[in-house]
Amino acid sequence: MTALTDGEWHRLHPATPLLRGGIILVAILGFVLANFRERLVDWVFGAPDLPGDPLQTAYERGQIGILSLVVVGGLVLGIVIFYASWRTHSFRVGDDVVEVRSGILFRTHRRARLDRIQGIAISRPLFARLFGAAKLDISVAGQDAKVQLAYLRGGDADRLRQDVLMLASGVRATDAGGPATAGVAPEAPSESSASAGIVGQRVRELLAPERDPDLAPPESVVSIHPLRLIASLVLSSFTVGLLVVGAFIIVTSLLGRREFFLILILPGVLGALGYYANRFTKSLRYSIAATPDGVRIGYGLLSTSNDTLPPGRIHAIEVSQPLLWRPAGWWMIRINRAGAAGEGSAQASTTMLPVGTVEQVRKVLGLLLPGFANDETRDLVLAGMTARSGSGFTDAPARAWPLRPFSWWRTGFAEAPGAVLLRSGFVWRHLSVIPLARVQSLRISQGPVRRVLGLVELGVHTVSGPVRASIDVADGAVGAAAFERWTHEVVLAEDADRSHRWASGGAAPVGGAHPGGGPQTHGGAHPEPGVAGSNA
Amino acid sequence: MSAPDDGAPPPQRRLSIGGDWHRVSPKLLGVEIASGIVGTLVLCAVTVPFIVLGTWFGWPAFGLAVLIGVVTLALAPRRVRAIGYQLRADDLVFRRGIMFHRVVSVPYGRMQLIDINRGPVARALGLAELKFVTAAASTGVSIPGLVEAEANALRDELVALAESRRVGL
Repeated sequence: MTALTDGEWHRLHPATPLLRGGIILVAILGFVLANFRERLVDWVFGAPDLPGDPLQTAYERGQIGILSLVVVGGLVLGIVIFYASWRTHSFRVGDDVVEVRSGILFRTHRRARLDRIQGIAISRPLFARLFGAAKLDISVAGQDAKVQLAYLRGGDADRLRQDVLMLASGVRATDAGGPATAGVAPEAPSESSASAGIVGQRVRELLAPERDPDLAPPESVVSIHPLRLIASLVLSSFTVGLLVVGAFIIVTSLLGRREFFLILILPGVLGALGYYANRFTKSLRYSIAATPDGVRIGYGLLSTSNDTLPPGRIHAIEVSQPLLWRPAGWWMIRINRAGAAGEGSAQASTTMLPVGTVEQVRKVLGLLLPGFANDETRDLVLAGMTARSGSGFTDAPARAWPLRPFSWWRTGFAEAPGAVLLRSGFVWRHLSVIPLARVQSLRISQGPVRRVLGLVELGVHTVSGPVRASIDVADGAVGAAAFERWTHEVVLAEDADRSHRWASGGAAPVGGAHPGGGPQTHGGAHPEPGVAGSNA
Repeated sequence: MSAPDDGAPPPQRRLSIGGDWHRVSPKLLGVEIASGIVGTLVLCAVTVPFIVLGTWFGWPAFGLAVLIGVVTLALAPRRVRAIGYQLRADDLVFRRGIMFHRVVSVPYGRMQLIDINRGPVARALGLAELKFVTAAASTGVSIPGLVEAEANALRDELVALAESRRVGL
């Protein structure tokens, strides 16, 4: 459907006000009904009044008319405002930018360049899902820098994402004969099943997996069994903390200090259950798959969400293993990204694999960094995850033991084509993979203790996120040599990188050619206006 | 604090990145001394209420504050000399610190923003500070103590370099 990306202004889903203010409207309605229930009953059946009701007093004083006027007036005003805000909220997708304008009194107008997109997320909160609506978040780098289209029809959101990604990838709509024809068949259950009725369609949408079977070859899909998810939550660090707190409470209450018991037990239990339930439903039905326009991560049971990261938008990757996961051989993968798309929680949008085996980790790494994960680096990644020392990594010398008594033999770095790997942690194992083309700056530093020991600290600066990209101890000379080497390699990798227009020819480091990616080389020569400025 | 090299097994203890380091203006010493004095005075002022109240640690704290101030001021010349930068072919390298030595390399294409800041003392001495912002919050590179004309020239040069080497994020 090209209609949404034709450069004209479009409005959102007509039910948007209801969906956005949904909870509030329902609450008001519920309040009104709850309070007027007795009055309604009274009017219909003439039942005896109950004393002490404020509404009763109002009725006796003959003010019920004013009261209902106020309530109805409030509702009408709300609806008018919602309608007006819907009328004024519109979006436009051009060849280079996406724009949203909104607001009645305070108008805002936001434009985002398509080649600056860091991710596109489609989320479907439960309430919106019932209406077949979806929210589209187009995020660019920066704090709260996203263009949010809430809400769209579910099918529209999918098609719009496809078209936006296609425009952003550098394939011109005119060259490719229109995004829809050039793209892969869009997911369109509504057209094919119009006869099945709207209820059947909703049910099917609710049950459908959170990914597009046409887009992702099944061998590239990783999913997690719910039982493993439960086990991983039970064995998480949070559980350890919970057990410690529980033991503390039991001991203190046995010693006669009952107040701890009373104060902590109820909120503690509720909070813990809430945390588990939240984590579980958020990670349930997790899937990650390669699509022509980047990697797509879907998750969620009732409120679903899926997130598309175009190639070259991942700034750092961390493979880590909480202590209790070690016997099971499970790992998790988190990333640093500029501008988190999707629902508010940063945790969800930076977790690429909530829990998985070594094999799945390898698969996901291959999806996240297509140019990186090949047979040569396979051993290196495995060594970074599990090896005790060495195995391709340059480890810290033995004199680093005073600073890292339990992990100096594992603390080290390795270099792969286009990326550096940093390994650390013996109890809590970590492996960070940083694509050189995304490195912002490099640091080498030395404090007094490290000077005495002849050690240095190496840091790779990336956009902020959960991944810690630094090596705390490294041999002085080796570290300095690595620093010099990396500074050159970073510049080379950046010059070779063309991923901001990933399908526009050039050396796009992405697996799988874009279906519409012809010889057009638009955008190869960085067309952005300078962001670098100066203020004296 | 600066462990003299005594030829111990680790051949090169002190971290040093080679190259031709530009030093900043020696006048930065004035700024350092001024801020050192202000800092010492603030520290001393904090201890005054304890002395007035007659707590036992009032005078020791005051002495400690003075000591910290004196050491800070005594090390100021070395601290200023330790600040340096290099404009290499593809990146800017910045170093600072004696005790906590830190070297950061920022590729020109990664600079998102360049600030020129001038504090009151620096302005009186005709100095300016150049601050670089990349997409990574932890980069934190700022070159203090540049003569104003030099700072402006450097800023323009770096903006031009960043422009010509602009890469994606």
